[in-house]
Amino acid sequence: MKYAIVIHESAADMALRDDPATAPAYWAGWMAYSQAMNDVTTAGAGLQPVTTATVVRMRDGKRHVQDGPYADSHELLGGFFVIDVPDLDTALDWAAKCPAARNGSIEVRPVLAN
Amino acid sequence: MPGRAERLDRGAPGASQLSDARAAAETAARASYGRLLAFVAARTRDVAAAEDALAEAFAAALTRWPATGVPDNPEAWLLTAARRRLANLWRHDAVIAAAEPALRLAADEAEAHLPDFPDERLKLLFVCAHPAIDAGVRTPLMLQTVLGLDAARIAAAYREAPATVGQRLVRAKAKLKLARIRFAVPDADALPERLTAVLDAIYAAYTLDWGDGGPLAHEALFLARLVATLLRGESEAQGLAALLLFSASREAARRDGGRFVPLGEQDCTRWNGAMVAEAEAHLLAAVTAVPGRYGLEAAIQSAHAWRARSGTTPWRAVLGLYDRLVAVVPTVGAAVARAATLAEVEGPAAALAALDAIEGADFQPWWAVRADLLARIGADAGPAYARAITLTRDPAVAAYLRNRAGGAGLGQRETKMTAIHYKIVEHDGGWTYKLGDVFADTFRTHDEAMAAARIVAQEQQLGGETVPISWQDADGQWHEETAQGDDRPIADVSDG
Repeated sequence: MKYAIVIHESAADMALRDDPATAPAYWAGWMAYSQAMNDVTTAGAGLQPVTTATVVRMRDGKRHVQDGPYADSHELLGGFFVIDVPDLDTALDWAAKCPAARNGSIEVRPVLAN
Repeated sequence: MPGRAERLDRGAPGASQLSDARAAAETAARASYGRLLAFVAARTRDVAAAEDALAEAFAAALTRWPATGVPDNPEAWLLTAARRRLANLWRHDAVIAAAEPALRLAADEAEAHLPDFPDERLKLLFVCAHPAIDAGVRTPLMLQTVLGLDAARIAAAYREAPATVGQRLVRAKAKLKLARIRFAVPDADALPERLTAVLDAIYAAYTLDWGDGGPLAHEALFLARLVATLLRGESEAQGLAALLLFSASREAARRDGGRFVPLGEQDCTRWNGAMVAEAEAHLLAAVTAVPGRYGLEAAIQSAHAWRARSGTTPWRAVLGLYDRLVAVVPTVGAAVARAATLAEVEGPAAALAALDAIEGADFQPWWAVRADLLARIGADAGPAYARAITLTRDPAVAAYLRNRAGGAGLGQRETKMTAIHYKIVEHDGGWTYKLGDVFADTFRTHDEAMAAARIVAQEQQLGGETVPISWQDADGQWHEETAQGDDRPIADVSDG
């Protein structure tokens, strides 16, 4: 059974990336997490900051392109994992270990069967 | 379970054989519905499909048993029929993923034919009260899956539309299946917290119908006894069973010809002695170094039950238990009950001071206790009684309070008046009138909504004859009462 672990990082956590004093510890936390989960991970990616995002919408056949989504959100999409585990309870245990769970929130959703 | 009741009632050749079959099917349904469903669902992890398969099995039993006679082991027969039905479903759907539960179920077939197939109801209860399931639907889910109650009956207890409750149940069951929630008793680390959720959901079922000891109170008692039996070592499970048994033991004494009788005024010879003894046995098993909420609440009720033996209530002991309860669960309910107990130990003035320190707002017991205390010190209790009565849902309790208010020098008329303000607001792309947070249907224009609200407001106030009326308060709660021609609620309409 596959679950997406969708990471909503707090803005403060995400800012840790930008400070040379805090960045090493920040990345070390993520490395440890993804390595621990390596055996059950089938896909995943971390994302660049939300300031680099571009939004596209098609309306009435016309393409609307816009810079970044919502700059003042408290929680920002930071990345995701897809893990293959026996049940939701196991997926929730992994989500609870995610570094972003302490200040942000982790959404766990079953992946559509193909 | 949707469909079971109607299937059991479905007409077939009327003969004594049929009534035997029906009686056997109904006995099997009552005694083992939850066990059968839990057994199937624990293996398929699909509660909704298990319910459908069992409904088919019960229907088949009614057709077959009159001709063939009731089988030696009705449960095993029903289980086999349900399993075949599920196997057919999966063949029909040709879903590869379904092969796994089908195989698991087949492997367990031999096990299931034993007269004592494993009782998986505890797992089912933990699934129903899983943290991934919305807290508001946990109790309905338990009532439906473990006890087989249909959505209409559950909805009636919640005073909600059957369709609304049915939809919530369908959504919850879909999540159980799609998110694949684990069917297991949690391990020791997680057990205390998960068990609290199970016990809270059972307690919620009990409080739903506490007033008249209605059917759901009995179903909740069944669940509490079940958990206490299946988890003998868990003190809080024992505590909840004891608490509900103490309360149930006073059911007859709580009403006197329809009149509400509070605990302190109950005739304790009308308490059910067998239930009290059963409660005491559970309470004994609940005793631990660090008692939890339900253990403490049961101990408080045990102290009250002492009155049947000694003729007096040990108020100091009750107060000591409330002190501990407030420390464990700092809820308004516990704090108000503690204040009421304080009145018996230190007097009404001390109790009023304690009550003043609690945020009472719209909590009925806060106002009821306050009114009683004010009356006892000879102060004006009228407004407090009026507020308590407005917040009371049980008509018998309201009548009791009105009577007390009358004794305290407050006329009945003014306390029965209830003001209702409809507000006209924009809603859902149109206009509607609302009462508190409850919205009526949406109308296209402001004026249409206003006209509809005025009609409703007028209907509330039409006087002259004594008829039963029903009205919805700001919590969305429906009230049924028989109104004297001149005491309708005051209703008006304004732009919100």
